Amino acid sequence: MSWIRRGDRGGIRSTMVRRRLFSAVTVLIGVVTVAFAVVHLIPGDPVQTMLGAGGAFVDPAQEAALRHELRLDGPLHEQYFAFLASAAQGDFGTSFQTGEPVTQMIAEAAPASLSLAGAALLLGALIGTGIAVLSRLTNSRLLASALAVLPVLAMSLPAYWVAALLLQFFSFRLGLVPALGGTGIRGLVLPALTMSLPTAGVVAQVLASGLRAAERESYVLMARAKGATRSRVVLRHMLRNTALPVITLTGTTVGSLLGAAVVTETIFGRPGLGRLIISALNAHDYPVIQGVAAVLGATMILISLLVDVLFTYLDPRVISTAVWR
Amino acid sequence: MTLLAVLQRRAGRPGRRTPPVTVVAAALILLAGLACVVAPGHLAPHPPDAVAPEAALLPPGLGHPLGTDELGRDLLSRVIHGSRLSLLVGAAATVLALLAGTAIGLVAGLFGGFIDSVLMRVVDVMLSFPALLLALGAISVLGSSPTRLAIAVGVSNVATFARLIRGEVLRVRGLAYVTAATVNGVRPAGLLLRYVVPNVWGPALALAVLGFGVAMLESSSLSFLGFGPRPPAADWGMLAAAGRDNLADAWWLSTFPGLAVAVTVLAATVIGRAVQDRRGMQ
Repeated sequence: MSWIRRGDRGGIRSTMVRRRLFSAVTVLIGVVTVAFAVVHLIPGDPVQTMLGAGGAFVDPAQEAALRHELRLDGPLHEQYFAFLASAAQGDFGTSFQTGEPVTQMIAEAAPASLSLAGAALLLGALIGTGIAVLSRLTNSRLLASALAVLPVLAMSLPAYWVAALLLQFFSFRLGLVPALGGTGIRGLVLPALTMSLPTAGVVAQVLASGLRAAERESYVLMARAKGATRSRVVLRHMLRNTALPVITLTGTTVGSLLGAAVVTETIFGRPGLGRLIISALNAHDYPVIQGVAAVLGATMILISLLVDVLFTYLDPRVISTAVWR
Repeated sequence: MTLLAVLQRRAGRPGRRTPPVTVVAAALILLAGLACVVAPGHLAPHPPDAVAPEAALLPPGLGHPLGTDELGRDLLSRVIHGSRLSLLVGAAATVLALLAGTAIGLVAGLFGGFIDSVLMRVVDVMLSFPALLLALGAISVLGSSPTRLAIAVGVSNVATFARLIRGEVLRVRGLAYVTAATVNGVRPAGLLLRYVVPNVWGPALALAVLGFGVAMLESSSLSFLGFGPRPPAADWGMLAAAGRDNLADAWWLSTFPGLAVAVTVLAATVIGRAVQDRRGMQ
């Protein structure tokens, strides 16, 4: 609004960002704490599991040495602060299974998951926008109701089921894409499509209701009065004005996307963070579980922070209303 | 924010109202599910574990409407018997998330201040994990059994319920007649029971129905990954996982159990939306 001078606006933004940053850091500490706590609540002693695989006699000295090496000796609060301190430096210890540094394992698995999630996000946004725009443009009642059902359907389908259907049809029936462990773009298509459906549903729904509301705006009337075609009104005028809330919501679906990655990576046999945490859970590989959980949590916090900050640039009204808080 | 929060979200006024036919169909589907839970033995054409090697991997046909698995067990019967575990786990998880989440949301919304900020920070932390990951963590702490699966899925959704119920409580607290009641000296307990709860009840119910669908998706995914009940028992997620080995030559094995989940979730979502619409009308 005009009564906020330019300098004020920057000040308000930095106050907002500072506050938001503070809460993000507290939540991040909470996330790391939960990762630590969950792992230490899991029944079963990893040292016993590692040594007693064959039920053989365990040398107490050897056990103590291993316990020390795995940083599992000492009181719990000391372990906790040691964990916090090293986690802050990006060090999550070494894997019980492979002996590799956890950070390195995560760094190796992350690109596969990120490219999958990114592709799914992109695909979901495209499909969702397509559905919403088409439902505005069509004159057919039948098509319109079909398009109204699609988003709900997309959000209701279990990921493993969609994956199974896609595999059956495209890999086994048509033989177009490799069923398991495909690399490159061709291997990415089916998993990304599987994961994109919930995002597509969300985007379609929010965008469709935004477009419906925009129909009553005066700028739409103006554009129509100037003789713009229907598709031009929807694509050039309405879409641009309603796209903003979709960005926020797309950011919030990243969480369910990362959750779905666990299922999708397993069924398609792709490497990635989801596969990593599943195998770590099965093997009681504490450092890996902690590391992956902390990294996934931190990713979500970072994304919601970025979305919030980005939003103050995209929609300056956020700043002007923040004055009243 | 999880999928549940996204489902609950309605931008602007509700659009196209759900047609009654759809709601009735959805209700019938849920009733059929309930019938399967109550009396699977009467509805299933065969015992779920009757092994018949000569009838292994039959495609859907007259004798076996949904086909048979690699041991010749009738898939329809297995799906009907699996409904008990699947639906009960989903329902129990939803009830748990609803009760715990409502309690947290009411306390945070009513008392505000320090309690509110602490509780909401905890909720923020829980929402920072993907729900499925949170449930995976919970189940590795608890161990795997149907009850523990339900608890794990319930716990992973508590935060969403708490956040949304708190929002509703704040909305109701801002209403003029609640302020009037406070001014008239109604004590917090009376305010809670007579003013806030009746107003929050409707949204909570709609959320619970939507949450049932989300809980079904989540619990069946966990079963699919092998973190659910142990093998002699078989819920829909496990049936779908078992069909994975024969994906190339027996499409029906993982298709139908997954379809059962999908149809149930869809029905729950439709009904949840209808409840929301009714609330919007009042």
